[in-house]
Amino acid sequence: MNRLDIHKTYKLYLGGKFPRTESGRYYPVHDSSGNLLANMCLASRKDFRNAVVLARKAQPAWKRVTALNKGQILYRIAEMLEARKAQFITELSAHGLSQQSAKKEVEAAIDSLVYYAGWSDKYQQLFSTVNPVSSSHFNFSVVEPVGVVAIKAPETPGLLGLVSMLAPAVVGGNTVIILASEQQPLTAISFAEVLHSSDVPGGVVNILTGKEQELISHMATHMDVNALVYCGSDKTVRQSISELSSDNLKRTIFYNQDHWDKAQGESPYIIEATQELKTTWHPTKAS
Amino acid sequence: MVAQLIKMLPDLHNIPLFDATGVNERIDRFCKRSIKKNSKASGLKLALSMVDLTTLEGKDTEAKVRQLCYKAMHPHDLLKDLPSVAAVCVYPSYVGIAKKALEGSAIQVASVATAFPSGQSKLSVKLDDTRFAVDQGADEIDMVISRGAFLSGNYQYVFDEIAAVKEVCGKAHLKVILETGELDTLDNVRKASEIALYAGADFIKTSTGKIQPAATMQVTYVMLQAIKDYYLATGKMVGMKPAGGISTSKIALQYLVMLNEVLGERWMNKHYFRFGASSLLNDLLMQLVKLDTGAYQSPDYFSKD
Repeated sequence: MNRLDIHKTYKLYLGGKFPRTESGRYYPVHDSSGNLLANMCLASRKDFRNAVVLARKAQPAWKRVTALNKGQILYRIAEMLEARKAQFITELSAHGLSQQSAKKEVEAAIDSLVYYAGWSDKYQQLFSTVNPVSSSHFNFSVVEPVGVVAIKAPETPGLLGLVSMLAPAVVGGNTVIILASEQQPLTAISFAEVLHSSDVPGGVVNILTGKEQELISHMATHMDVNALVYCGSDKTVRQSISELSSDNLKRTIFYNQDHWDKAQGESPYIIEATQELKTTWHPTKAS
Repeated sequence: MVAQLIKMLPDLHNIPLFDATGVNERIDRFCKRSIKKNSKASGLKLALSMVDLTTLEGKDTEAKVRQLCYKAMHPHDLLKDLPSVAAVCVYPSYVGIAKKALEGSAIQVASVATAFPSGQSKLSVKLDDTRFAVDQGADEIDMVISRGAFLSGNYQYVFDEIAAVKEVCGKAHLKVILETGELDTLDNVRKASEIALYAGADFIKTSTGKIQPAATMQVTYVMLQAIKDYYLATGKMVGMKPAGGISTSKIALQYLVMLNEVLGERWMNKHYFRFGASSLLNDLLMQLVKLDTGAYQSPDYFSKD
């Protein structure tokens, strides 16, 4: 008798667990020749809301994790991804990439994680300042995570785009909810499995799959989201995000769709984008 | 006086027993109702009007109690047509302050008494405690039963104690806390409810909030059934107050569904049902604002007390 293949059910990644969408909806993803690859969860706004609650809950503890430890955890993600490289290459190939470019993308994603792991205890020194003031105060500004960050990952590249937006926010002490590429979502959920086995505390990274059109306005209006990172070039969408985000003065950060293919895809300034500057006036004796 | 004479411990050998599996199945069905839009809004407002806003901490101060009273009167002024909460619940030493702060509003002042939360003291001390709270102006007294006596089978003692406290309460309403988290079985919960109901409770209440588990739907269901049977036997309507652990609107609505389906519409108001809670209030407000604006809310924009 022929063996039946066992196909993986791709689910969401919320609070360190892999639940199905509460809505029970799904959407099919096909390869380039039209064959069904998988039924992905079509996350609802309630899934997003639940993700925000989990991210908020995980935030204080993740912020307190030492820079060294955050760096180690990011490096650990890179290690685990390296070990499962073949699986990711297969999944990217299923999305229509050549073997060679799939391999290139997975390796770039791994390298990006190592890159940001390295920045973990360094970006603070770059962006914090001691400020000259005309009174007897020691005045200094330090960077702190904004808090909960919602991210819309670029449509392509499916894996590298996701990792390149996620790593800088997470290494900066934020907890994130990331909506994966709609057309190339397979690796996003497999990447969640990598995160799950890499000492990343539950709730620090939450991954949704679904339609940007359905979720983006809720990501923008949610009062408990502190920053929204949007990767896409559509001017109307950007305009609408800016307007909807104004209610709680949510920070909005826009990147172009092709940002990640270029040299500028890795930069400490991407970490800075989801940091806020806090200034302290500390009295000193007059000199 | 006739009522006093017929007040006696009911026959506890002959009360319904509860099967945990059956209760769970019934509860499951309460939790599956879909309540949306307008009905959700009115459910949330009803729940809001039933909240006993509570602070029972060693670190309570006069200022904190005053702040809580303000919050009780003005839950969220940005929303129009909001009811105020039903009552503010404090320790006896803050009853006077709460009473003054709530002057002119319809909000009741409830006070815990009788050596709350353990109830481990002699009767005269408990009665003094109650008297003090009543003298300070408490409209409602939340007493605890002696769980030690109950668990050793001394039901008559528990009954007499409740009856004695009821007498001291005078006009004040008496809520009897069973502390179901310490009673172990649903049958014990039913038994304790029975004792409290026949001893003259105006409300029966699940928990002090100091013991885990506090209110659960299971024990609340058993207590609602006891209230129903008591009503059928005597014609007297007694209220129900689940307290502790009810922190989200979703759970509050599920309790209301259960209340409606077990006791019916006549119990669906603050005179016969209360939520003992502190964090529930903000969650109700956040949900109401969400219905109003369409945007999910953040606790950052709601006052803590």
